[in-house]
Amino acid sequence: MTSASVYWLQQILNALQLGSIYALIALGYSLVYGILTMINFAHGDVFMVGGFLCFLAATLLGLPFVPTLLLTMTATAGLGVIIERMAYKPLRNAPRVSAIITALGVGLFLENLTLAFYPYPQHVPPLLLNVTWRLGGLALSSLQLIVISLSLTLMLVLDYVVRRTMVGLAMRAISWDKTYVPLMGVPVNLIISITFAIGAGLAGAAGTMYSLAYPVIDPYMGIMVGWKAFIAAVVGGIGTIRGAMIGAYILGGVEIIVVALLPSTYRDLVVFSLLLALIVIRPHGILGAPRAQKV
Amino acid sequence: MSAALLKHWQRAMDWRWLLPVLLAGGLVVAFAIPHFRLLNNYVQLVLICVGINIILATSLNLVNGYMGEFSLAHAGFMAVGAYSSALLSMKVLPVVTHPALFHLAVLAGGLVTALLGLLVALPSFKVRGDYLAIITLAFLMIVKSALENIDAVGGPRGISGIPRLTTLPWVFCWTAALVWLIRNFVYSSYGRGVLAIREDEIASDLMSVDTRRVKILAFMLSAFCAGIAGALFAHLLQFISPRVFDIVKTTEILIMVYLGGIASIGGSILGATLYTVLLELLRPSTVAALLSWLPAVVFNPLNEYFIRHLGMLRMIIMPLALVMVMLYWPRGILGMREFRGFIPLGDRWPPPAVRPRGADVA
Amino acid sequence: MTLLRATKVRHCFGGLCALADFNLDLRQGELMGIIGPNGAGKTTVFNLLTGVYRASEGSIRYRGVELVGLTPHQITAHRIARTFQNIRLFRDLSVLDNVRIAHYSQTRYSPIEALLHVGRYRREEQRIIDQSRGLLAIFQLEHLAKETACNLPYGSQRRLEIARALAIGPELLLLDEPAAGMNPAEIDQLMELIGSIRRQFQLTILLIEHQMQLVMGICERIKVLDFGETLAEGSPEVIQNDPSVMKAYLGEDSAG
Repeated sequence: MTSASVYWLQQILNALQLGSIYALIALGYSLVYGILTMINFAHGDVFMVGGFLCFLAATLLGLPFVPTLLLTMTATAGLGVIIERMAYKPLRNAPRVSAIITALGVGLFLENLTLAFYPYPQHVPPLLLNVTWRLGGLALSSLQLIVISLSLTLMLVLDYVVRRTMVGLAMRAISWDKTYVPLMGVPVNLIISITFAIGAGLAGAAGTMYSLAYPVIDPYMGIMVGWKAFIAAVVGGIGTIRGAMIGAYILGGVEIIVVALLPSTYRDLVVFSLLLALIVIRPHGILGAPRAQKV
Repeated sequence: MSAALLKHWQRAMDWRWLLPVLLAGGLVVAFAIPHFRLLNNYVQLVLICVGINIILATSLNLVNGYMGEFSLAHAGFMAVGAYSSALLSMKVLPVVTHPALFHLAVLAGGLVTALLGLLVALPSFKVRGDYLAIITLAFLMIVKSALENIDAVGGPRGISGIPRLTTLPWVFCWTAALVWLIRNFVYSSYGRGVLAIREDEIASDLMSVDTRRVKILAFMLSAFCAGIAGALFAHLLQFISPRVFDIVKTTEILIMVYLGGIASIGGSILGATLYTVLLELLRPSTVAALLSWLPAVVFNPLNEYFIRHLGMLRMIIMPLALVMVMLYWPRGILGMREFRGFIPLGDRWPPPAVRPRGADVA
Repeated sequence: MTLLRATKVRHCFGGLCALADFNLDLRQGELMGIIGPNGAGKTTVFNLLTGVYRASEGSIRYRGVELVGLTPHQITAHRIARTFQNIRLFRDLSVLDNVRIAHYSQTRYSPIEALLHVGRYRREEQRIIDQSRGLLAIFQLEHLAKETACNLPYGSQRRLEIARALAIGPELLLLDEPAAGMNPAEIDQLMELIGSIRRQFQLTILLIEHQMQLVMGICERIKVLDFGETLAEGSPEVIQNDPSVMKAYLGEDSAG
């Protein structure tokens, strides 16, 4: 293998890793938007809390990887449900912008709460043994492979849940019509809570893996990562699961390519310009479909 | 009893000279405070910030409240106004010799930003709601990253050493002027078009409203005001960098708008004032100073366990309070209602008891 | 004189064609009705005429000018106004504002004058208020001028929609089920109202309706649509006695 192709294969792996993490977060946005047509602006901060919970579990409780991951996912899932019940549910019939502002408020609250405990960035101890295999010039890191495969597994599980289980069917039904579905015996509130739990749990997993892959975390990391993942979900087609994944991997790929080719300060500029262009060309996203309006 | 009070209040509001008197009085006060040193510099600074935030909140309310869009670009507009006016006043215009040129720089900053507002208006023709939110968000991020990458404007380090030319009387004048312009716009045919777009855009088109033109005008006016606010801001803090104009800044302005009340000029003034003042009041130093009259046995533990931590507590309490407000007043405190004194006489309901001679339109 | 001519208009949504080979020849001053079962394509005709949809095929000419491809706003400039099957008032705005908004195209002051409230602003605003109140008076809504539109009773909302449409100063008025939900007494009043505004404003009117009392009562000509195709066209007597129309729509022993 030539050194150029090795370099690019390396970048592909980096992109897959980054894209996987974005995908787990983007899925949370898509699930919530699909079911409630609401942008959960606090979602990026739930991801950040996940990262910090991982940090806590590793340093305070000294847990190894798998228990940390499970604990974090459970805790963030619970956080998602609490946020939904306390801040979003009462506003379900209010103008949509009120729910959005409330979400922003919740996000600010999470950021500043974390900031109160950890005013400085923290370093997360390595929980995963990071073995590097060399394959003809290509450096394969076990951490990277675990992140990618774990993320893909979670996404496959989610896909299965949404398409093959009753819960998933109920989620899809509610996303199409909220008025008559309850009359058919679907426990709407429960399904909505489950949706938030799943989305937040995935964000928690993303937070764990992010903090292991890029081990320095700070309370504001949810902002940039969260907003980028959100734009990725929109580019892919918000409300669709496949769309969120596609958008996230496109985002990961673009970011890695830009950093590889241009000075790193250009990263955000190029990424956002490209995403903007994609949205302007296709506002409903790659896999999204516009909802027709009867006149 | 309260019905009679209401009537008296309305009659007072209907006094033809109410607004001119208030404005003149405000100008006198705004001029007297620094001239006679009636308040210390810190309080003056807070008042200036209130003025700038009123401009920001009212102009964002035009697009997000009256027109019902969800624009996240406002900090980007502020940045453009700040940078362009700072560059003008430092590199092009000899402001230190002719302070009146300062206002030229501010105005120019606003006009440049208005052009950008035109750009942002274009995608709004085809998309609404969440999709427009994303586009404006991306626009904000692009402005910020672009500024970080252009070395001629200082890159990530920004611009420092901007002459301090923003004073309380000037901020008062600019705030009053811009709020007046926005209010005039809202109570005109174009402003009604803005409301119609919020209610039902397709029906508006079919009822002869030129929705494209109205959107362009609204976005341009909103951006123009935000640019001026940015220019005033730059010449106050004397230092600007891309980091200041990020999504957090936009979020702050959003909070002011939605807290005070959407589609309400009085609401934006209220929201901006509340937000700015409360955030300043809740500083440890301020609270400690305000409570210093308490006996030491009460004050000391209070200070140790509560006041000292206010710095971080307020940033936790504030968003929670915001969530509470949203739960009770989903449209904001003065949502979709207006301070009677701002409404032109012909639009007031019930109509003024005494009609000024001739026209019933102000 | 032919005011509106639609020729071989066809409109399909994907594979489903809502309208096939639609032709219309509307003369100035006429009052014509379009009837047919639900889903026959009637509102689609209105949507095509006003530019909400762009016809897949065919031509629609108004005073000789091609309308297909124009935006709704451009079409209102030709002085064509409409009401809606499902009321589309500006719900949170006042009754007066609903009518004032429709005066947008007739506002004769510039943005600068609007920003400063100078120049022609005051005069124009007064004129618009006066004209709007005048229109509301015709529809007996003037006493409700400051009420919020969504608080009005249903019948008043329907009349408000017509008042709003008239504010554009139209030559052609499209009414989409103006009598929906009304009882026979109200329909009588509506018939008189339509007759009088037609005279007062010299309107050409095209209306969609299910209430046969209204259709047979005031329409000079009727077109019957079914599954996007024209079943019959002619005067009320002709339509009432047309067997295919009776079978598809009116019912075997309907007397209209």
